[in-house]
Amino acid sequence: MTERVPVLRIGDILLVSIQVDLEDQTVLDLQEDLADQIVARSARGVVIDITAVEIVDSFVGRMLATIASISRLLDAETVVVGMRPAVAITLVELGLSLGGVRTALDLEKGLALLRRSATGAELT
Amino acid sequence: MTVPWAPEAPPQTQPITQNDDVVRSRQQVRTFAQQCGLSLVEQTKFITAASELARNTLVYGGGGEMRAGLVERHGRRGVAAVFADSGPGIPDTDLALTDGWTSGGGLGLGLSGARRLVDEFFLDTEVDRGTTVTIVKWAR
Repeated sequence: MTERVPVLRIGDILLVSIQVDLEDQTVLDLQEDLADQIVARSARGVVIDITAVEIVDSFVGRMLATIASISRLLDAETVVVGMRPAVAITLVELGLSLGGVRTALDLEKGLALLRRSATGAELT
Repeated sequence: MTVPWAPEAPPQTQPITQNDDVVRSRQQVRTFAQQCGLSLVEQTKFITAASELARNTLVYGGGGEMRAGLVERHGRRGVAAVFADSGPGIPDTDLALTDGWTSGGGLGLGLSGARRLVDEFFLDTEVDRGTTVTIVKWAR
């Protein structure tokens, strides 16, 4: 039985903070949990906090991109926050620039980004 | 390739037969990368490369093992990891080292990406016999 990463809710935003060294199965479970929760809770945004994550390899990197795509299809927006500089350098060298994933430096900026785009969407 | 293991610390072996062994391999490599004095960025690159190769050993090689430890050459210290499996082998190594090419469902960045993240990269493979990948990173 693998651990599951808890999904928290603040208003219409889901918050996931990854605190463990991720096993591949945990990553796949998280993808499914988030897709289910976005629909079940009518979430408009997802914040994935990777402040504590020391290693993002191609598997985890692909998970971040996949979650961003899935949530977009379910009418929610994803922001990845707290990436360590060493992780960013390594990801680019690895060949994964995560073009389709929005990022913010920390949780506060990530939440602000989601709020801004929610207001923007209402105006149009 | 003969790995110049540091004489005072024998390398350790980590079996890679299930999913959480990939996590264990990362953790073991992290210990050695810290011991030999790699910078944080260099550590992160080496551990990430090891993670890619450990997953390859499990997914494409059908399981195997990793030997990791400190290395020493001409007074320089570093860290090395050797991933070995007895799987199907790689028929076309040039193709396998091309960005974006994959025989499975991956992104095709494992081998080629890992090679970019380390100082030395050796690929030894034979069809139906297995694959051994050795990576080394030297402390600056």
